Amino acid sequence: MGAFFAALIATLLVAAPSAQATTPSPSPSPQNFQNNISGFLRDDARAPIPGVRITAKGEGFEGTATSGASGSWTIGVPKKGTYEVQLDESTLPEGIKLAEGQENPRNVVFGETSTQTTIFAFGKGIVVQQGDFVQDLTNRLVAGLSFGLLLALAAVGLSLIFGTTGLTNFAHGEMVTLGAVLVFGFNAVGLPFWLAIILALVGGGLFGYAQDTGLWKPLRRRGTGLVPMMIVSIGLALAVRYIIQFNFGGATQQLPGAQSAEIQLGPISISPNNLWSLIISAAVITLIGIVLLKTRLGKATRAVADNPALAAASGIDVDGVIRIVWIVGGVLASLGGILWAYYRPGVTFDMGSQILLLIFAGVTLGGLGTVFGALIGSVVVGLFTELTTVFGAPADLKYVIPLGVMIVVLLFRPQGILGRRERVG
Amino acid sequence: MDYSSILSSAIGELISPTTAAYALAALGLAVHFGYSGLLNFGQAGFMAVGAYGFAISTLTFGVPFFVGLLIAVVASAVFALVLGIPTLRLRADYLAIVTIAAAEIVRYLVTTSGWTAVTGSANGLADFEDGFYSMNPFPEGSYLGMNNRDFFIRVVGWGLVVVCCVLIWLLMRSPWGRVLKGIREDENAVRSLGKNVYAYKMQALIIGGSLGALAGMVFTLPRGAVQPSNYGTELTFFLWTCLLLGGMATVLGPVIGAMMFWVVLSLTQGVLTGLIESGAVTWLSTIQAGQLRYILVGIALMLLMIFRPQGVFGNKKELAFA
Repeated sequence: MGAFFAALIATLLVAAPSAQATTPSPSPSPQNFQNNISGFLRDDARAPIPGVRITAKGEGFEGTATSGASGSWTIGVPKKGTYEVQLDESTLPEGIKLAEGQENPRNVVFGETSTQTTIFAFGKGIVVQQGDFVQDLTNRLVAGLSFGLLLALAAVGLSLIFGTTGLTNFAHGEMVTLGAVLVFGFNAVGLPFWLAIILALVGGGLFGYAQDTGLWKPLRRRGTGLVPMMIVSIGLALAVRYIIQFNFGGATQQLPGAQSAEIQLGPISISPNNLWSLIISAAVITLIGIVLLKTRLGKATRAVADNPALAAASGIDVDGVIRIVWIVGGVLASLGGILWAYYRPGVTFDMGSQILLLIFAGVTLGGLGTVFGALIGSVVVGLFTELTTVFGAPADLKYVIPLGVMIVVLLFRPQGILGRRERVG
Repeated sequence: MDYSSILSSAIGELISPTTAAYALAALGLAVHFGYSGLLNFGQAGFMAVGAYGFAISTLTFGVPFFVGLLIAVVASAVFALVLGIPTLRLRADYLAIVTIAAAEIVRYLVTTSGWTAVTGSANGLADFEDGFYSMNPFPEGSYLGMNNRDFFIRVVGWGLVVVCCVLIWLLMRSPWGRVLKGIREDENAVRSLGKNVYAYKMQALIIGGSLGALAGMVFTLPRGAVQPSNYGTELTFFLWTCLLLGGMATVLGPVIGAMMFWVVLSLTQGVLTGLIESGAVTWLSTIQAGQLRYILVGIALMLLMIFRPQGVFGNKKELAFA
């Protein structure tokens, strides 16, 4: 166990010094107070809005901040309390207004945490853009496919792990985060971008390997039940999430080339990043599919997922297969994390746990433990997430709908789309 | 380093209303998991339903305190029904995924800006506690170093913990409780005795969820504000840590577990901050000290589960899993 934690911390520390050395403060926050009021200014197309003045008044204190290039702003305040936060609307760029119903000024009350976030939502203001519905629909379809396939990268790994070991791994979100954070860290120390990505994927694989050898294999040997293992994975998720935050900080960082103008591709307008993400994840998933269906290793993996005891009796090295599944799962999750960092865009310590439930939704929708089900389920989740906004659902509810769909599907077809009845139990 | 203030703030955590809220919610989890074997990973959602149910009925509909309380509990019972119907017939890990998803759905729904007028969106709601404090029987003055408001909320919070503990203790030694434990041990055996397992599980889910709703109110009243960011999945995981710390199939375990959780958090924060301020520790900032505590929570949860799954007070024979 000790060796595992040492390895875990060592893996994460690789990114640490660099991230600390070069991390630019997201916005000017001259006083170093323990408590912060912060937020992000993004317009309704999710582009950051820099250069907007925000003031906080209260508890006998007054502070100002200007939103940085990433749209983030932070005001340090001396103590937890109630502050009146005002956004100076005259500093907003032309064509952007606060959305209707957005209080300004507003009161921000601190709870338990030392950071309090308040989000100003924006609308287009006077410029009313009436988009073409069909155009919008196709754009969202492609974006949803891109999002769904990046979810599928993580979901396939999660599903393989579930299939071979029975573990519902709540720490999978942190494996996603790790990929993006490692790319940022390696890039920040000055390594070339392509090398940073390769190293991050290797790091993700190592993390998967270390988890299996240091934690899950000994637990399987002890005969620990599936429910305790699930709770252990929650503890691991918490620990790793805060280890990442400890080294990386709470701010949002951008990977190189995160901002890109949309290009027109026939009838579809798409950002090059999304297009690359779509191509890469589709290619990788096809590769995984071929390996699973055509190679000896793939056959062995499916055999272990089907019946570990029978697989072992047939001469398959079950532990070896599970080790490879963990390594592949780690690499896939890292890749998904890097793509997710471009899709959002931004790298944060909790970016993986934000989509963990969507990954779960994809896996459950497709059928727990079925790899191709995870793929289909994730694409469905991705499409639902993006398409609901076209049909009038508020943008801040777009993660709700896939989760709701998952619950409804469980009601009528508990084994999922491709699952088998016997797995439901 | 000021040891006496570190110690006194740690002792203050022992009886703080937040600890009482954690104890109540963890007791609800004990009913779910410790006694019935239901994996509820959405206790934060039940707490949010309770807190918002109370705050919205007070602010939007102007109902008196006790009606608000009733609405909060009924709302959480409805939430339990909605969750239970699709999942209680399925395997345990399905319930885990559905409850955690439902809790997040609740959080997203109260955060969405479309309903700001009712839910207050990301800023939450405030100023709904007057009805509660107007019932304060204690005149102004100092009670054990607290003002009468702080003292009142502690009396009510811990009074509620005691009442609920006694109720759950009585329930669990009743025939109903024995059936529940039977379901935890072997569902099929109980079913073959002619018991409606589904109904028992649903009742347990509702009772534990109502405790969660009460916890949400105790959590939110002293703050005078309810905010969606307080009810994320991490709250649920901290409650699980409290439950496993104390012992899952015991009545006092979750209460002691919540106390230990908060005292240890307060002590580590005090000691780390003291060390940083005195210059003994230079490799850590005060913000990182806060994060280090949560790293320790995660590691503690793992180690507890691996090496002492029955918790400090629990009985190894009474585990909800083999």
